Amino acid sequence: MEVKNIHIPNMKNEDFNDNEYLEKYVEELKKNGTNVVVGKISDFINWGRSNSVWPLTFATSCCGIEFMCVGAARTDFARFGWEVTRNSPRQADVVFVAGTIVHKMAPVLKRLYDQMAEPKYVIAMGGCAISGGPFKSSYHVVMGVDEIIPVDVYIPGCPPRPDAVLYGMMQLQRKIKLEDYFRLPEQPVIK
Amino acid sequence: MDNKIKERILSLAPEAIIEETQFISATIPSDKLRAVALALRNDKDMQFDYLQDLIGMDWGETLGVIYNIFSTPNNQKHVVLKTSTSEKESPELYTVSDIWDSATLYEREVYDLIGIRFINHPGLRRLFLRADWNGHPLRKDYDADPAKNPVPLINQTVEDMETTETLTLTNEGVVGSSFQLFGEKEYIVNMGPQHPATHGVLHLRISLEGETVNKIDPNFGYIHRGVEKMCESYTYPQILHLTDRLDYLSGTMNRHAVCLCVEKAIGLEVPERAHYIRTIMDELTRIASHLLGWGCMCMDMGSITAFVYGMRDREKIMDIFEESAGGRLMANYNVIGGVAKDIHPNFLQRVRDFIPYMRKMLKEYHILFTENPIARGRMKGIGFLTTEQAISYGVTGPAGRASGWMNDVRKIEPYAAYDKIKFEPMMRTEGGTFERYIVRLDEVEESLKMLEQLVDNMPEGDFCAKTKAIIRIPEGEYFQRVENARGDFGVFISSKGDKSPYRIKFRTPCMTLVSALSPITCGEKLADLVMIGASLDYVIPCIDR
Repeated sequence: MEVKNIHIPNMKNEDFNDNEYLEKYVEELKKNGTNVVVGKISDFINWGRSNSVWPLTFATSCCGIEFMCVGAARTDFARFGWEVTRNSPRQADVVFVAGTIVHKMAPVLKRLYDQMAEPKYVIAMGGCAISGGPFKSSYHVVMGVDEIIPVDVYIPGCPPRPDAVLYGMMQLQRKIKLEDYFRLPEQPVIK
Repeated sequence: MDNKIKERILSLAPEAIIEETQFISATIPSDKLRAVALALRNDKDMQFDYLQDLIGMDWGETLGVIYNIFSTPNNQKHVVLKTSTSEKESPELYTVSDIWDSATLYEREVYDLIGIRFINHPGLRRLFLRADWNGHPLRKDYDADPAKNPVPLINQTVEDMETTETLTLTNEGVVGSSFQLFGEKEYIVNMGPQHPATHGVLHLRISLEGETVNKIDPNFGYIHRGVEKMCESYTYPQILHLTDRLDYLSGTMNRHAVCLCVEKAIGLEVPERAHYIRTIMDELTRIASHLLGWGCMCMDMGSITAFVYGMRDREKIMDIFEESAGGRLMANYNVIGGVAKDIHPNFLQRVRDFIPYMRKMLKEYHILFTENPIARGRMKGIGFLTTEQAISYGVTGPAGRASGWMNDVRKIEPYAAYDKIKFEPMMRTEGGTFERYIVRLDEVEESLKMLEQLVDNMPEGDFCAKTKAIIRIPEGEYFQRVENARGDFGVFISSKGDKSPYRIKFRTPCMTLVSALSPITCGEKLADLVMIGASLDYVIPCIDR
């Protein structure tokens, strides 16, 4: 599938930014080549997968409140098939790291991530999860969750607006739609 | 009254140095402190029964503790007691946790961050940081090298969490002994750190007897961000941004407290209009916070509808914030001297439109949920907190007022425009879960009344006073408290005349709320614990800071 062919309801394809990494990914996939039938089946599975991504309810601080706003009345994320927030990591597809991760919380987050079933995705929501944000000079804050677990989408903001969260979710949908389901990329190892 | 307090302190500790600034502050030798504290607590006329805060200090040569105590019968008369340890190597002080219940957690915090050990404390261990953490961060000579404390990838063991220590004074000096918090035969259930019903990353270890809760041990620190240490290297305008993120649901009010404290210290006159704008913002934040608290409490009982309703109406307030301040949840609106920008031309009209809308919705909430027999059946008759317990544990805000303790700072020490408007603190006397629930909804209604008066009398003029580019606070100690959505939020600044504070301490209301969880849930069912917790409405980053 080409990047320009990805269809996301209610949003034009040219309105999406940061396409470089997707294009690179497509190039890699093309190099190996795919059987037409398998490719079509994969596209179909991905269509289903990308429209039923279930997030884990994982919020440590302020961003969690904005995440609740996204799930509530006005900007209802159920429109995109994300409505079921799961309380168990074993049933979740994506973890929104909403809020600061501190030293004491880091092993807990790592364990939650390890408990999730593949394929799994991570969205770093807000400045703290991306880089430590306003708490950069603190002694007890992890400087970005990508030190512990691999991240797929970064949503900047302190906290990000619900619109930004929706945009970030759509970007993840695009990534899922591009993937070859039968040859999913291996999870990068964080040292 | 002032003279009486001074005489009493001097009669017990003749060496005490008494200063009178914004409050009476007495520096007392460490061996006499307990006697003075007991006398002030138990004296019939004085009754200093509310320990608002306990601040660990590093004075360079020695370590010490500052006690902020208030006398409830005397309209919250404020006295500050100070004491210091003799040395820095093995600093030891006597505990006051048997005098005031709220001191139990505060002393653990001081032990964790400053390293003072308290003799006769019932269970001394770290509060926020892990047991294997090196050093005490709030000491001035703390080594912040990340290599010393790398990000751990393995969870803390249960033994680490439970091993506590007590120090007792014997003839041979201070002797420490360690013990396990829970017995081997006890049945322990973990709730958290990642659990939706704990409203954040709180870790409760619950000892059960069948379905009945026996003992609760709250574990904090899963969102300890070290704000107070960071503040020591930041300038005052920079500090403001961190305060919003302490208790994000009442961010505007926290920021208000710091602004007021700095303004008081540098003697800055704030324009009348700024006071009004700040007060309107505070009340709007309070409504937004209570709506979320209400929604979440109802969701914990299984009513998703209430959550969606609460969030829907909260969005209206977020819109008002966004238009004037630019931010939704974090308005970042108050600055030292006033507010960052004048209000949007639509602001007053928007607030005027919001008031009747919210009144209508409140009626609907009552019909939908308060009147619901199932909800009433679940809320009534559980989780009682008596007035004495509320004061001793320092449970302020709506939860304390539901127990019949009039602790509304807006009434006791009016700040901003609160002395110009008419309002009543919402009170109940029973102190159960249902009362805490209903006090919150009553407060929303009272806030709407306040908003009405404020919007109609909004004065014209400047929205911000001029300040110097670099703000330096003269040497001394300054204290200010405000009523945020969860209770008494206090700011204590100790300055040495620099552009950043020597020590800043935020007294956040949520830690005391969680400390009261244990006495009120013992004997209740495990399923009710979730609801009692929700009715206390704590926010975890507010505890951990």
